[in-house]
Amino acid sequence: MRRFTAALFLLGLGVMIAAIYQHIDFGNTAVNAGQEINAVAAGETGAANFVTSVVLAYRGIDTLLELTILFTAAMIGGMVLGRRRVDAPRDPDAGFILRTGADLLFPLLLVVGMYIILHGHLTPGGGFQGGVILAAAFFVPLLARPGIMLIDQRIVSLVEGLAGAVFIIIGLLAMFEGYEFLTPLYDKGELGALISAGSLPVLYLAVGIKVGSELAGLLAHLAEAEALD
Amino acid sequence: MEVVVLVVVIVMLLSAVAVMLFKDFLAALAAMSVVSLGLSFLFVVVRAPDVAMTEAAIGAGLSSLLFALALRRLGLWRSQ
Repeated sequence: MRRFTAALFLLGLGVMIAAIYQHIDFGNTAVNAGQEINAVAAGETGAANFVTSVVLAYRGIDTLLELTILFTAAMIGGMVLGRRRVDAPRDPDAGFILRTGADLLFPLLLVVGMYIILHGHLTPGGGFQGGVILAAAFFVPLLARPGIMLIDQRIVSLVEGLAGAVFIIIGLLAMFEGYEFLTPLYDKGELGALISAGSLPVLYLAVGIKVGSELAGLLAHLAEAEALD
Repeated sequence: MEVVVLVVVIVMLLSAVAVMLFKDFLAALAAMSVVSLGLSFLFVVVRAPDVAMTEAAIGAGLSSLLFALALRRLGLWRSQ
């Protein structure tokens, strides 16, 4: 029965891909929103990276919902994993190479993550990518020395909540100014300058810190869970 | 360039098949992140660096880490 279902699924997938391949040329979509945005994005949002202007300015609510989904997933993950048994054995410290590597990597990953977040409106990358790198940065020391507490879990939750609140508050500020929710605010500045594009960098910083603290919390929780032998 | 893309696609397909065939969970995990890395290279080729970064960070990095930690919790973290 399972094999039959799998075969049916593969057949359906194949037919679907063949149909798409028949009707749409590769790299040539019927949707022309892309050209439109390419033409107007730089003037309207002031962000040199148009992907960012789509993610934060044209589809800000979409990003907010994405954050909500990530938050729910991380929360459910934490709930399923549960608490650690008090008498559960801990892993021994990792070897010399991993410990030294972790000490070297931690600051480097922090800088790279923050760079990617802060330059999200100028170069490829942004809050989500940089946030994942930040989470990895906080996980590396945990890999080298199991059981250390780099930061208190409560502070992580607090930072995460504040970052989420900042995102929504910036959206509400736009409503107080008389625009729609999450409309980009403030001076657009010079295209390509670090401080430009108004409120978009602040929004991406909030996204980055929220994603980073959320995933760091989830990874720490997963690593804490006792290993079965 | 097309030759490079073709090689990457073949490597991706081979490692995707290898994920199913490997008996060793760690090896399957490594093969899975090879698929993600190849995909992120393809995204760079079609000039979508944002998506490529996301794929590399989340597909190759974070999800492999999550799978590795899940394997460890299930007690399957053993290299044969």
